[in-house]
Amino acid sequence: MIVKILKELFRFIFIIGIQVLFLNHIQWNGYVNPYVYVLFVLLLPVEIPNLILLLIALLTGLTIDMFGNSGGIHAAATVFMAFLRPGVLKLIAPRDGYETEARLSPQVMGFTWFLSYLFIMVFIHHLLYFYLEVFRLSEFFITFFKSFINSLITITIIVLGEYLFGQSKGNERFIK
Amino acid sequence: MRNLFLLLWKYNFFILFLLLETFCGYLIFQNNNFHRSSFVNSTNALSTRINSFVNNITDYIDLRSTNEALSRENAALKMLLPDVFYIDSALQKINKDTVLKQQYSFIAAKVINNTINRRNNYLTLDKGLLLGVKPEMGVICGEGIVGIVKDVSDHYCSVMSFLHKDSRITARMKKNNFIGSLVWDGYDETHASLKDIAKHVVVIKGDTIITSSYSSIFPEGVMLGIVDEVSSSGGNNFQDIRIKLSTSFGKLSYVYIVNNLLKDEQRALEEPLKNDR
Repeated sequence: MIVKILKELFRFIFIIGIQVLFLNHIQWNGYVNPYVYVLFVLLLPVEIPNLILLLIALLTGLTIDMFGNSGGIHAAATVFMAFLRPGVLKLIAPRDGYETEARLSPQVMGFTWFLSYLFIMVFIHHLLYFYLEVFRLSEFFITFFKSFINSLITITIIVLGEYLFGQSKGNERFIK
Repeated sequence: MRNLFLLLWKYNFFILFLLLETFCGYLIFQNNNFHRSSFVNSTNALSTRINSFVNNITDYIDLRSTNEALSRENAALKMLLPDVFYIDSALQKINKDTVLKQQYSFIAAKVINNTINRRNNYLTLDKGLLLGVKPEMGVICGEGIVGIVKDVSDHYCSVMSFLHKDSRITARMKKNNFIGSLVWDGYDETHASLKDIAKHVVVIKGDTIITSSYSSIFPEGVMLGIVDEVSSSGGNNFQDIRIKLSTSFGKLSYVYIVNNLLKDEQRALEEPLKNDR
């Protein structure tokens, strides 16, 4: 149990580090700002209690907010995404349900499953985040476009990362 | 009562969700409110340390262009020195301090964190409360305006960049003194739009826009940008003017915090009039 929690903690620092040290500093074109840190909440174990899931999501969002001066926008979007997670997992569950302690990775769950899971969750998160950031309806379509493009970029980075770090045995602990 | 608790327990997931979202909403509201400092900001010890670490690396890469900008600014300032003027009259007028009362002082600061790609952008500077930085001071650089100080800690302050949905700066056309307001429409960090210039005013590409004397935050006459495109759409009385900003927000590394020494006096005088508007 302790080992598991330590592993998650390590994963938390690793993913938040990537977001804060590299991805927050991409200054290209004014449109590109992917939020890959959602991966931490997405890949938490399936059997995690719902209430703890929400609290972890709040903590993750607030940490990112602390670095970006965004008030509580990341926290709000991440908590909402975490709230939908049990429902979405149930919706796209494989026929036999989830194995106990199943890793939510493309290698275990299959590429199509992983991609649809990512797309639903990341798009919901980005949509809410970008609309909260703009907070006015006059920029409705440009915001929608922004959240769509950034979702695609986030998903691409996550999938590439999964195949880079997730496959070999030695690096398994990085991205569970 | 027991049934109530049972009900609460049955929907505990949903209720906790609502509680947390309310909390987040409160944080967002507080962050939007300019006159109250926000809880979650980048002036705390951990995030400033990490941000300055990243900045130390990126600063090194930009060193060449930063040096060029600073030496350009030096050259411009050198031209203002008394030494460069040839005095062709025997009569000299000396201004005593009783005539010229100092209104602005400047604090030089280093940018340790800066974004340009969000809808609402912020900077973090390495000067804070201990050096006299207070909220609502203006921030400018050699090329033009940068933003307004928002939160202050002992050694750092966070600045609401001009690239923000709530920023609105009173601007003046240099050639004919018409007043408009400059807002950022969120598309591009090099351009902004100038509102409230009526259709009868002649505006052509290349006109200079500077800050007006109406603001108690920025000194008068700081460069804002030049007119890039003028068009007019039907339905209202104003022109659509796109401004090319003079500040290159992507490359900021040294800025000045503006301290208006007479601001409190002006504010105190204007405060009773606010209710009349």
